[in-house]
Amino acid sequence: MLTGERRQGLALISPTLLYSLLMLAAPLIMVLTFSFWTQNYLELDTTLTLDNYREAWSKPIYSTLIFRSLKISLIVTLVTVVLAFPIAYYLSFHVKQRKALWLFLITVPFWTSYLLRVFLWKVILGYNGVLNTALKGLGIIEEPLTFLLYNANAVVLTLAHAWAPFAILPIFVALEKIDRSLLEAAEDLGDGPVRRFFRITLPLAMPGVVASTLIVLIPTIGDFITPKLVGGTDGLMIANMIQIQFGKANNAPLGAALALSSMLIVASISAVIFLLGKRFGGKVQ
Amino acid sequence: MKSALKSLPSKWLAVYAVAYMVFLYAPVILLPMFAFNDATVISFPLTGFTAKWFGVLWQTEALHGAVRNSLVVGLSSAVLSTVLGACAARAAARYRFPLKRGIMSFILLPLVLPEIIVAVALLVLLMQLGMPLSLVTVVLGHVLICTPFAIAILSSAFQGLDQSLEEASFDLGETRWGTFRRVILPLVMPGVVSSLLITFTISLDEFIIAFFLTGTEVTLPVYIWSQLRFPGKLPSVMALGTILLVLSVLLLILAEWFRRRSARKQGIEASATGGFA
Amino acid sequence: MTSPLPKPIIDLKGITKSFGTFQALKGIDATINEGEFFSLLGPSGCGKTTLLRMIAGFEMPSSGTIMIGGKNMAGVPANRRPTNMVFQSYAIFPHLTVAENVGYGLKTRKLPKAEIAREVEQALNMVDLGGLGARAAHELSGGQRQRVALARALVMKPKVVLLDEPLSALDKKLRDQMQVELRQLQQKLGITFILVTHDQEEALTMSDRIAVMFEGRIAQLATPEQLYRRPVDRRVASFIGVMNFLDARATGPINGHLALDIPALGSIALPSAQIPEGLDPGRLNSIGIRPEMLTILFDGNEHAEQVARGEVTGTAYYGDMTYYSVRLPGHAEDVTISMRNTAGRSIVPAGSTVPVGWGADSIVLFQ
Repeated sequence: MLTGERRQGLALISPTLLYSLLMLAAPLIMVLTFSFWTQNYLELDTTLTLDNYREAWSKPIYSTLIFRSLKISLIVTLVTVVLAFPIAYYLSFHVKQRKALWLFLITVPFWTSYLLRVFLWKVILGYNGVLNTALKGLGIIEEPLTFLLYNANAVVLTLAHAWAPFAILPIFVALEKIDRSLLEAAEDLGDGPVRRFFRITLPLAMPGVVASTLIVLIPTIGDFITPKLVGGTDGLMIANMIQIQFGKANNAPLGAALALSSMLIVASISAVIFLLGKRFGGKVQ
Repeated sequence: MKSALKSLPSKWLAVYAVAYMVFLYAPVILLPMFAFNDATVISFPLTGFTAKWFGVLWQTEALHGAVRNSLVVGLSSAVLSTVLGACAARAAARYRFPLKRGIMSFILLPLVLPEIIVAVALLVLLMQLGMPLSLVTVVLGHVLICTPFAIAILSSAFQGLDQSLEEASFDLGETRWGTFRRVILPLVMPGVVSSLLITFTISLDEFIIAFFLTGTEVTLPVYIWSQLRFPGKLPSVMALGTILLVLSVLLLILAEWFRRRSARKQGIEASATGGFA
Repeated sequence: MTSPLPKPIIDLKGITKSFGTFQALKGIDATINEGEFFSLLGPSGCGKTTLLRMIAGFEMPSSGTIMIGGKNMAGVPANRRPTNMVFQSYAIFPHLTVAENVGYGLKTRKLPKAEIAREVEQALNMVDLGGLGARAAHELSGGQRQRVALARALVMKPKVVLLDEPLSALDKKLRDQMQVELRQLQQKLGITFILVTHDQEEALTMSDRIAVMFEGRIAQLATPEQLYRRPVDRRVASFIGVMNFLDARATGPINGHLALDIPALGSIALPSAQIPEGLDPGRLNSIGIRPEMLTILFDGNEHAEQVARGEVTGTAYYGDMTYYSVRLPGHAEDVTISMRNTAGRSIVPAGSTVPVGWGADSIVLFQ
């Protein structure tokens, strides 16, 4: 029976697994192989070499882009998660009715076309944009502010907005799981609200915080629309370069090496965050 | 005294929550504003009300093609990813099999993979296979990223399914197929519909993969991207975005309604977070 | 209660079941008779549910044969067996009404609609749910769900009804009431019921016969009375009710009797009829005696076959009964004595020394 169950389970999941193998594993292996090849104008040289990685890691432009991407992604993640936590906390602990409605309202902006959302931030932050017009109208400033758009700040703001629901949901779920009697127990044992928060609530919410950190961090590294639309030249990120290598520059092997290099870095940072979270959250789950 | 202390953070949290919602909705509110604004430039102050940009959409042939393409891609992706998602969700909820955790994490991997990596990887493979880029290749990519969402939604439907219900049906003389038709399908149907709606919506909005994998026929987001460069086209793009937003929200409400109905049918309290819990 | 000539309906021979390296069943042999209320009783993990699910056809034995109504069930799936089950969770189909639930299996048999409706109504009346057919599943109370599950099984007219802890989800009062109703219904219909339970009281009050299971084996298969009065070993004895165990040894046979020395109580000669088959008097090391078989003699007028002395160390008042902890000389553990609180009988305070009456026929021998 057990062997039958194993067989049935594997048989049932095989279509999905097969699809993932063909459309995810195979392409990723292909990219890996590609990154060891070289592009000779129109032809691919299939001799295995580390040249692409050497170029990716030694040329200042690439390393600058990678480190800027990392910096921006980390700031975006920090800002997004820190901004999201109070909302998740408010929803979980203070909203008694209509929780579902709140959650729904939080996810609605996320379903606006991503391109248009980024573009609209450009409209808000621009020289003659909504913010400048409003501030001028209120007499707070005389000349439009220029540091709003076409720099890393704009990228951070736009991405923090784009990933908000993804940061809120995991934290909210973790907070919802906390048995409320634990908080009463802590209070009963003499903890005030602040101590209770740091000794009970936060450690128990840690799995959610780690999840939302990773959910925001990993994809933001790969975004190239936001930097292109609101980032200016200072705000360009590694994904833009990857896109260029696969597009105009027609150097897919170098693009593959860049993509894998940045993934490797993100993966190791993610691992560190995961372990730190585990340590801080104790033996939760 | 104590209750006053308690209500203080609560009040500030409420203020913060409202401010946060303003931040979330700031760009979204602008969309219909400019869509109905009687000016060719996207800036304040608003000049007057008009619906003419919606009329412009009606006359743009290229747009109609893009809409058709997006519908085809969205429907195909929704159906395929929901079928694949149902297989995986059912297998995960019902059976124990070797490497289960590993296999499930691998299938769910696109959730945390940057889309550009997925797009680039698929592009490289298709290039090597010599497969021409077309709507089919976009569907292949969209199914890959939609399947994890389908699994998340369908998992709760399948997990809520008490295994003894199937056994009871079997015990009462019903066959495997009959049990599927009379017990399992009716109970998970709302989840399936919900999954179809969500995956359709994701595919409809997806840009990065479509951008890399699309051929000569473009999907709606790729069309919008090409229009963003022409300032003159922007007001009608705003109108288009407004329509898409309304459509997405309607689909979402519908999906949520079906999900709750599914939960209610199974006699369990619908969790507020749905499949993400 | 059982018919004078019991006709076997289920025959289990040498059943074993392994899950990987874990042996859930280690050789089960039993015969269950037609019209019998049969219980599988044991602690969780003893294999009783696995055995029931095997009879239903949800699990296949690793070895051994299951015969139902004279037919070997090997390879026969659950949907083609003459058994129907009442699940622990009741497994009421949540998307169907009460009537649709009860008629589920009849629809599979492709009976005409009118006939299904008639049979369903009959079955619902049988479990006192007449007229509730149109109710949605989620509108039912726990007790009603249990009745629907029962009606759904009975309407199939199975040879055997299998009940997997059907009362465990109900509260105490409802459970007691359902025990009586289930038993009456079974006797009226004359269908074989097999009940899985971990509640010894439930098994004792409802069953014709009980198989007590431990760790994949049947430890004893007997009527409730036999089980209570003559448990075969200490494990069975302590699982069913409360039992005081006292050290003892055989000092020799004396004209058809067995002479026993029980340091805590005294010496006694036991009629050999009371010695269980297969017991080697030489290996006898303890005896058991139930709390109600020991008596505190309140005044000299009460008669007892044998009398020992003990000191009351504690009391627990239960309303109709009082349980005394009594220390007997030379015995480390206190024994429990239960006394009915009859009129005029006061409770003996702790610290008092009391005469304890006992008799030969209440003694169970263990080795």
